[in-house]
Amino acid sequence: MTARRTVLEAAEIRRALTRIAHEVLERNKGADDLVLLGIPTRGVTLATRLGRRLTEIEGRPVPVGSLDATMYRDDLRRQPVRTIAPTELPDGGIDDKVVVLVDDVLFSGRTIRAALDALSDLGRPRAVRLAVLVDRGHRELPIRADHVGKNLPTSLSERVRVALEEVDGTDEVRIESDAAEVSA
Amino acid sequence: MRHLLSAADLDRAQAVTVLDVAEQMAATQRREIKKLPTLRGRTVVNLFFEDSTRTRISFEAAAKRLSADVINFSAKGSSVSKGESLKDTALTLEAMGADAVVVRHPASGAPHRLAHAGWTRGAVVNAGDGTHEHPTQALLDAFTMRRHLVENATGADLAGRRVAVVGDVLHSRVARSNVLLLNTLGAHVVLVAPPTLLPVGVEGWPCEVSYDLDATLAGAHGDLDAVMMLRVQAERMNASYFPSVREYSRRYGLDARRVGLLPDHTVVMHPGPMNRGLEISADAADSPRSTIVEQVTNGVAVRMAVLYLLLAGARDLAPAGPPADEVALTEGVLP
Amino acid sequence: MTSTTAGTTWLVRRSRVLGGQPTDVLVENGVVAEIGPGLSAAGASVLDADGLVLLPGLVDLHTHLREPGREDAETVETGSQAAARGGFTAVHAMANTDPVADTAGVVEQVWRLGRRSGWVDVRPVGAVTVGLAGERLAELGAMADSAAGVRVFSDDGKCVSDAVLMRRALEYVKAFDGVVAQHAQEPRLTDGAQMHEGAVSAVLGLRGWPAVAEEAIIARDVLLAGHVGSRLHVCHLSTAGSVEIVRWAKGRGIDVTAEVTPHHLLLTDEEVRSYDPVFKVNPPLRTAEDVMALREALADGTIDIVATDHAPHPVEDKDCEWAAAAMGMTGLETALSVVQHTMVETGLLDWAGVAQRMSAAPARIGRVADQGRPLVVGEPAHLTLVDPAARWTVEPHTMATMGRNSPFRGRELPGQVVATFYAGHPTVLDGKLAAPRPSTTPGRDA
Repeated sequence: MTARRTVLEAAEIRRALTRIAHEVLERNKGADDLVLLGIPTRGVTLATRLGRRLTEIEGRPVPVGSLDATMYRDDLRRQPVRTIAPTELPDGGIDDKVVVLVDDVLFSGRTIRAALDALSDLGRPRAVRLAVLVDRGHRELPIRADHVGKNLPTSLSERVRVALEEVDGTDEVRIESDAAEVSA
Repeated sequence: MRHLLSAADLDRAQAVTVLDVAEQMAATQRREIKKLPTLRGRTVVNLFFEDSTRTRISFEAAAKRLSADVINFSAKGSSVSKGESLKDTALTLEAMGADAVVVRHPASGAPHRLAHAGWTRGAVVNAGDGTHEHPTQALLDAFTMRRHLVENATGADLAGRRVAVVGDVLHSRVARSNVLLLNTLGAHVVLVAPPTLLPVGVEGWPCEVSYDLDATLAGAHGDLDAVMMLRVQAERMNASYFPSVREYSRRYGLDARRVGLLPDHTVVMHPGPMNRGLEISADAADSPRSTIVEQVTNGVAVRMAVLYLLLAGARDLAPAGPPADEVALTEGVLP
Repeated sequence: MTSTTAGTTWLVRRSRVLGGQPTDVLVENGVVAEIGPGLSAAGASVLDADGLVLLPGLVDLHTHLREPGREDAETVETGSQAAARGGFTAVHAMANTDPVADTAGVVEQVWRLGRRSGWVDVRPVGAVTVGLAGERLAELGAMADSAAGVRVFSDDGKCVSDAVLMRRALEYVKAFDGVVAQHAQEPRLTDGAQMHEGAVSAVLGLRGWPAVAEEAIIARDVLLAGHVGSRLHVCHLSTAGSVEIVRWAKGRGIDVTAEVTPHHLLLTDEEVRSYDPVFKVNPPLRTAEDVMALREALADGTIDIVATDHAPHPVEDKDCEWAAAAMGMTGLETALSVVQHTMVETGLLDWAGVAQRMSAAPARIGRVADQGRPLVVGEPAHLTLVDPAARWTVEPHTMATMGRNSPFRGRELPGQVVATFYAGHPTVLDGKLAAPRPSTTPGRDA
């Protein structure tokens, strides 16, 4: 028996991304040298949406790409083997750019650690920032997000599920937990 | 699946996964920094009981690009024909902690024995066994075909494509693996060979058979998308498989005239090493439609994919589906 | 089943003779003394055989005992113990030893080893050609005249492929009522062959062993035997085509007999997909159609006998890749069970038919005068008691043979040999080896 609780609905996700877009521009003092890299799968979707917002606000295109960090993970042997998603850098590359990594959920920080390693094999950005839709806490590494859609206190037994229209057919963030553990 | 012993070990979904992962591996090999940390701390042993510098180097490059430690064990020598050497060698490798054993052996089924006789716990990859199979060669051939013949290749198979495999099918591990894999991927295969170089029992294979190369190239089995030439050893002549090299070449060799019979898009393939002037003429081998050099390049990416899929995960070659949004949440759930 | 008190007189109670109605059998001084219900005999050891089937002691025309030369694989002692456990009271020891049994000296040595062991009657087979080389005849007459009294001659493991040599051998052995047992394998067609040539070999990439390589030799040999008026025995028939040829020859009145092994009655080339060399054997495992044809031929008498081709090998000769492995399977301790499974439980043979094909006919072909006799009063007491209701799982390491290469490993089979009497002496009791027949016991084969 799984208990589900919706914590962000479509409109809230939209507002969160808009806010992040403004934060990113403010922090960067404009869109110069910005490159968004989404971490597959849903991070890429979010990066694409964020890129669209930035383009709307600034009136000029902001490059968006994807960065798969699977082959840099330190926990491969603890998991069933994963397929590898494409890594696609925008034409201008990432050297001396300000790269904003985009992911859906920040949890242990291990994915971001792997992404930073992957990034360093691809080039040398001037700065790297991190934007996430949800920060659910429980970090295992000294990593923090620069831009957060929503801070979401969770227990370790809970699961955070991000659903996005382009991938899942609907926009929603929900927390799932096994009923027994909830009552405990 | 823990091992890759036969092309038949892969169902369609698994085969497509290997090709898709290989596509990403190939992308990493176009970067300045080609090395990935993925298999750091894991040991891959290349166990070669038969000379094959090209295959060994390909596997070695694949393992090293994934940061695995590579031990090359060339067991070719005086005692190879005796069975204990395979078992004792396997036990030695096991003691050394091999995570994967890439084995090339002159005896059909030797990798199968290695995987199932309880001599080693490592993943076994068949790098060519006798006249049985050579599954990674078939994978790299399929990968090469998919790149040339299929748009939006990721996730796609080879449904509806037509491939002629020409030459010494009887003694060819490449042909066996290709027939199985291409069939799994939805392609139609036509084997073209003199009847002496086709195995009794080929009727049971999922393919068509032709004795007439010209007719097949001209479309007797439909327009071909790829023609794969197999190596023919001149020594077969002495065992009366064919009367002379000249006659073989005239009836079953690919030359410029025969290439001219093919549709414009058809690719010409060869697993190497070639006997120029025997099964393939220089102008056919070097023509723009030849993928022979590219096949070698693709071999590394495909072998990286196989090693990754066999060694990177906790379990087997079956992919776990799309990457989870956060991994840490399942930590502690798996053993 | 229990046995009480020891002695040379045995009363076997309520066994079903050849699968018939329960009756009692009294064994005294090595012969069947009395048969009938409700027998009693003072001082006799009593064996309660309720539900068991009584057969004449089994006779194997085709056994590899490996001694002399390969005592690491099997010895006359261990091989004949395995035979006793399998319900046999006589085995024919094949000639491909080292040295080859191609002289009176070697066959007498094997014969003496058998006598000393005392578990079964060990009948040496003499080689047809010197050193099995297929070039010139061995001294067949000397072996026939030796103490071993050889009547069966075979180059088994190799084919007498030279047509002239085969013709001469067939003719020559007529002088002493011998028989040539041919290992039918055309050598050029089977150069480097690894398994049956067909759909499975095509997939596995193992060099094929065509059925025609066996059938061509059998066809030639039956014509030769007919031409010179000789007896011919064909070893281990393995194909449907071979059956057809033998059937045709018998129809023509040619004096040919044929054998099939238990493994060819049950296993097919599908087993080779495992690449486990325990399934590597000569002749190779064939197809399901061949298996069905062999069973049918054994039932209708086209194939005369079951012979084990028991071929033990040391572990290292099988614990390797297929191409490097030795050919052969053990079979003495599983033969009767496999025959029950494939022939009796399928309704193709009754127990009398089994007795005919595993005792009477092989004894007649091998000219073993005192074995394979009818189960009647006055005949020598070579007896086998089998429990047809028992089921057991084959575990090679529990067998008496030194060979661990049973293709039936892990398989559940019906029928267990409960007791074997060799000339009235129990070599097996309660399914376990009892004691060999003391060499001082007056033997009928002396």
